Amino acid sequence: MPCIFTWHFFMDNNGLLQQLFRSEYNKIVSVLCHRFGIKHIENAEDIVSETFLAASEHWELRGIPENPAAWLFTVAKNKTRNLLKRHSLFEQKLTPEFKAGQPLYEDMVEIDLSEKNISDSQLAMIFVVCDPVNSVDVQVALALNLLCGFDIQEIADAFLSGREVIYKRIQRGKLKLKEAGIKVEPPGKQQIADRKKAVLTTLYLLFSEGYYSASQHVTLRKDFCQEAMRLAYLLVSHERTNGPEVNALLSLMCFHASRFEARTNEQGELILYQDQDESLWDMALVEKGAYFLGQAASGEQLSKYHLEAGIAYWHTQKQDTREKWENILQLYNQLLILEYSPVAALNRTFALGKARGNEEAIAEAEKLGLTDNHFYHTLLGHLYTGMDNDLAIAHFKKALGIARSNNDRQLILKNIKAVTSR
Amino acid sequence: MIFRRDFVTPEVQPSEAQYKKHILQWQDWLGSLAAQNKLSRPLQRWDSGGRVLKPDHSVTDGPYAEIKESIGGLVIIKADSYDEVVEIARGCPILSVGGTVEIRQGFQALDLV
Repeated sequence: MPCIFTWHFFMDNNGLLQQLFRSEYNKIVSVLCHRFGIKHIENAEDIVSETFLAASEHWELRGIPENPAAWLFTVAKNKTRNLLKRHSLFEQKLTPEFKAGQPLYEDMVEIDLSEKNISDSQLAMIFVVCDPVNSVDVQVALALNLLCGFDIQEIADAFLSGREVIYKRIQRGKLKLKEAGIKVEPPGKQQIADRKKAVLTTLYLLFSEGYYSASQHVTLRKDFCQEAMRLAYLLVSHERTNGPEVNALLSLMCFHASRFEARTNEQGELILYQDQDESLWDMALVEKGAYFLGQAASGEQLSKYHLEAGIAYWHTQKQDTREKWENILQLYNQLLILEYSPVAALNRTFALGKARGNEEAIAEAEKLGLTDNHFYHTLLGHLYTGMDNDLAIAHFKKALGIARSNNDRQLILKNIKAVTSR
Repeated sequence: MIFRRDFVTPEVQPSEAQYKKHILQWQDWLGSLAAQNKLSRPLQRWDSGGRVLKPDHSVTDGPYAEIKESIGGLVIIKADSYDEVVEIARGCPILSVGGTVEIRQGFQALDLV
């Protein structure tokens, strides 16, 4: 199965550079960190930034080279050599094992930018970035920056937070990795076993950040999702990290991403599932999701990614059948038994309403104890609609009083309007 | 909550169709408990066999014909009172197949000293 998450190239200079930055930045940084260790990460980043600066100047004057990526690799290699010479890193900074009687200079500085080494280096970097020495939110920010090539401003936009905050978070994260002396090396069996959960959680959050972010920046959010999928695919394509859980995660991402075009309008506002134009659903991604779900169906363990992928699969079936909602309900039951979350509890109740009727769902909703959650009142608003419209509106209004994001408020207002005009 | 029922007497065992429905009821009941965030520990599957160690140190296999009712499983939940748990337990599917729910409060080791 070939890799499917390729980038579309825009052929104007700036667009091309931006695309190349996104796709090549992390490759070169990963290879350099893999080669020289995490303590040289800033040097690695400087080298790559300078390389892109050089590209923008040269290409402006002399046109775009035939193979832009190869051009970038060559320049990055030269810059690495120069830096090594200039700062005589050999004497001062290289790790002892390199000092011990190995030949120095030119042949030592061979930087391997082959496809295989890039892939190995990226895999190694995923495990570095997801090291538990950093908290999960720091891991996600580091992943976006180091593994996906998003700049500080883009990350700040997506998190709806200040540039300064994100900058500090990333700097702190890098410092911790350096201080802890985390090794950049292909993960071994034990490391994979210990860390797999953290790595998958980070990729899951990275995807969710793109998919559910309150940011109106649709293109950027889509890029986040694609990057999360690329990294999950990287794990799937390495034999050692390939396993049922990561396949389930990738399957889940494919199913969700298939609705990306349909779930926002031109203003970047969310369109609810039942109102989406399903001709905009990406059926190729649905098929890929089904493929990876098939790959996930081995082993003994049913992870939360399996259950969520199952739920996402049923959502790719637009028709409202009892079978569909009964299946979704049972999957939510299992998911909640495995791990409670308020969102899952609310979605379970929604599915219950679809499968068994609103009265039963209302009785269950009242037991949830989530009266501070605006989704809780939105859910009750939906369940009461058609049964007791006044009560439905009262719940929607309560939700409106609690909801803070613009997107959520817009949706609630639409609901109120819909009930009023019934 | 400890669930007990007679797993041995052939006449009281559910048919295959009843059993399927019974399992679904368990899923719904446990899913509902989980949705209320009342499970205080992940659920555990219980083997239907097991072993019994007797005072003379002899070991027999389960299920336990001489006890008639045996434990089908247990769920540890968060609740404020026995009354609350009794209400919850009223929905437990084991009652519909002649079983019982025993409710016992657990204490932390420290509470005992």
